[in-house]
Amino acid sequence: MTSAAAVREAPAMRVQRWTPVSVAFTGALTSLVALLAFAPVVLGENTQNNLIQLYFLVIMAMMWNALAGYGGLVSVGQQGFIGIGAYAAVFLSVQHSLNPYLSMLLATLIGGLIAVPVAAVVLWLRHGAFAIATWVVAESFAILVSLDPNPAIGGGTGTSALLPFDLRYTPTQRLHYTYWAALGAVAVLLLLLFVLLRSRLGGSLQAIRDDEEAAASVGVRVLLGKGVLFVVAGAGCAAAGTIILAWQLSVLPLGPDSVFGINWTAKMIFMVLVGGLGTFEGPIIGAVALYVLQTYGPNGGVWYFVLLGGIAIGFALLLPRGIWGTIQERFNVQLLPVGYRLRNVATGKGTP
Amino acid sequence: MTWVSAIVHGILLGGVYALLASGLALMFGVMRIINLAHGSLALVGAYMAFLLTEHLHITTYLALAPVLPGALVAGYFLQRTMLERSLRAGQLVPLLTTFGLLIVIANLLQYFFSPDVHSLDEGRIGTAAWNVSSSLSIPWFDVLTFGVAVFVLGGLELVLRHTQLGRELRATAEDADTAELVGINARAVYARAAAIAVATAALAGVFYGMRSSFDPNAGADQLLYAFEAVVIGGIGSLWGTLWGGVVLGVAQLVGAQINPEYFALSGHVVFLVVLVARTGVQARGLTLTLRRAT
Amino acid sequence: MTTLLAVEALDARHGLLQAVRQVSFEVAEAETLALVGANGAGKTTLLRTIAGAHRPAGGRVLFDGNDITRLPAHRRVRLGIALVPEGRRLFPNLTVEENLRVASGAGGRPGPWTVDAVLEAFPLLAPLRRKRAASLSGGEQQATAIGRALMTNPRLLLLDEVSLGLAPVVVEGVYRSLSSLLEGGATVLLVEQDLARALKTADRVACMLEGRIVLEGTPGELTREQVTEAYFGLRRTEATA
Repeated sequence: MTSAAAVREAPAMRVQRWTPVSVAFTGALTSLVALLAFAPVVLGENTQNNLIQLYFLVIMAMMWNALAGYGGLVSVGQQGFIGIGAYAAVFLSVQHSLNPYLSMLLATLIGGLIAVPVAAVVLWLRHGAFAIATWVVAESFAILVSLDPNPAIGGGTGTSALLPFDLRYTPTQRLHYTYWAALGAVAVLLLLLFVLLRSRLGGSLQAIRDDEEAAASVGVRVLLGKGVLFVVAGAGCAAAGTIILAWQLSVLPLGPDSVFGINWTAKMIFMVLVGGLGTFEGPIIGAVALYVLQTYGPNGGVWYFVLLGGIAIGFALLLPRGIWGTIQERFNVQLLPVGYRLRNVATGKGTP
Repeated sequence: MTWVSAIVHGILLGGVYALLASGLALMFGVMRIINLAHGSLALVGAYMAFLLTEHLHITTYLALAPVLPGALVAGYFLQRTMLERSLRAGQLVPLLTTFGLLIVIANLLQYFFSPDVHSLDEGRIGTAAWNVSSSLSIPWFDVLTFGVAVFVLGGLELVLRHTQLGRELRATAEDADTAELVGINARAVYARAAAIAVATAALAGVFYGMRSSFDPNAGADQLLYAFEAVVIGGIGSLWGTLWGGVVLGVAQLVGAQINPEYFALSGHVVFLVVLVARTGVQARGLTLTLRRAT
Repeated sequence: MTTLLAVEALDARHGLLQAVRQVSFEVAEAETLALVGANGAGKTTLLRTIAGAHRPAGGRVLFDGNDITRLPAHRRVRLGIALVPEGRRLFPNLTVEENLRVASGAGGRPGPWTVDAVLEAFPLLAPLRRKRAASLSGGEQQATAIGRALMTNPRLLLLDEVSLGLAPVVVEGVYRSLSSLLEGGATVLLVEQDLARALKTADRVACMLEGRIVLEGTPGELTREQVTEAYFGLRRTEATA
């Protein structure tokens, strides 16, 4: 066909967002979340503890992926918000005697709030400077906390939320409620991201990812889009921080095991890149992978880390698109309907 | 320490940071790779020097003779095998690779050398100092380190401005695709840049080891300071790395004068202020962006 | 006349699009072949594939009888293929002289072209030696880009849209500088949107449409109408109507 003839006979297309596969999978996912809610009744304490860990890993992975995969923002400083979440929760529950779970919720919002001025400082920066600046901001938060004379904060030696929990709940209750809080946080944040990505913001983020200048020239609000992502990621990481607090009770501002530690970012990088950057399902898979490694791999020590590093390198070299990214590429599958598909009305064949 | 002393030592400290940062600046400037393993590679240099001085009973400076070429080879090899491939796969993949390297190296070092602390001998220069006044004493070793930093950065600048390799590096950094079209083997260029970067890391590691004691987990802080130096100085400028290091070092030590606990924080604050101010100066271009963005 | 460049059944993709479909043609030594066609016809992809910047999905590229299809771009430069890319693509922060010297140092082959020779061929560049490439005007950049390709002393020069974005008087200047080159026995494959200029400059013309070569011949053989129809694909609609 020539160009003129081709124009006359272009096949009718319609835009489809939900495919049968994605309907099925979304249904399955929702059922899974509902099922998991019953865990405290059915599963043992150990399992619940482990699952809580999985949940905050999932949250962190989702947030880092939202920033880097969807916003093109490589942040090496999300641990700053994790720490803020944990410490804000401690402060509210210890200093102001608020219910610890209420404190956790408020701390999450505080994390989001603090993300706003941080965004104002760092979002203008270019790639490399942005990454280092986020790291510097996180370190600054950590140092400020360690210097805080307030006994509830505990300065350099850290602090604990044992008291506020102990006063109100038995250890088993704390476990159950923390479990539900964690699961709830995962579900809410997943839903939030899902809605965001399906909205106009999601489309504009994709445009920004592809070509920032072009996007801006057609009116896409680049900074606004990135700002929203940054605030959501800040709140999300703060939520993760509050869960870590509820789970391990005591936190430190400095040192390798610190709640402000760069280790958290290292884990986020691992989870997202192994799972699949820029995909919706990827970070979840990556979190599961890390969780499996942590729980069933060699018990800490040198060889655990060598294995972790080796896997990271292996993926970078062999499966750079991550587990899900590779699957998505090979089989053209999308389980959660965050994209668009063009369907040829006549033949029913689709293209992503 | 007096204020003057803080400033002078801050400048010298800047030399330490600049030396470590030079390789970072090179890799980021040429390849856009944020090498998270840079600090670990520096440590490897220190450990290799340690092995040589322990077993061959030579001075640390002499140990540099085999360590530096070894580092050149290692960097070349690293780029050709791992980083090159990662770069092709995407902008962010090298983050994963270098992170993996960081962990593997740190833990292998721990396995082979135990978590014990070691240190390298700086020779007779070690305790010598120029006693300018009763309150200001300038250790010769720190001056030497600063000198080495200037030498390395100056050398790199010279290579970049006046040699074919330098032109190829700059061209490839700007447009690798077109570079290939004029006959430049981009992969070889990257490999040579990585080789130089790792060699400077090893050099920095050896000097760090002479300056203070080290263990397999040392250097996480140093890496952040080095990155800060690069960014303050302006990514893409080698001399910028030197003055970035100096600004940072002075900020840190002046802050420490006020309160020893403010050491790192002062550096961070100055870092952020410089960035915001610089962005503000570019605000004219920014208002244009703002108008488009909102 | 010996064949310097031969392209056989070449297929190339540009993203998801098939930009070059089963293209075959030859360029003889000392010949100038002009490739014309509308935007998106596949000309730039074709040139880039010949230069080695783009991997073909199928087919072969033969240079001087040797199969270079799998050879990387920088090796092809050493063999004598030089591309002046669409949009000039100078190294913005290198000076004019550095742009020239980086090419000769990397891909240089023995030959008459040196920095001085280039500055002589393009006198407008002489005072601009030490100027940053990014600060040059369009015409100056084009001259530098051509000069940069020449510094490698190529046997085959590929010119992609040298008139793009330039004022007509500037284009005239560029082609004037090129004319001595073209008459001097160089082998040139040039992509040009300006039909008239292509017909005036080339020994042979090939017209591309949607990735295929639809018309080939000498300017003497082909009429303007024939070329215009092939350019827009009008002829075929008439046939099917």
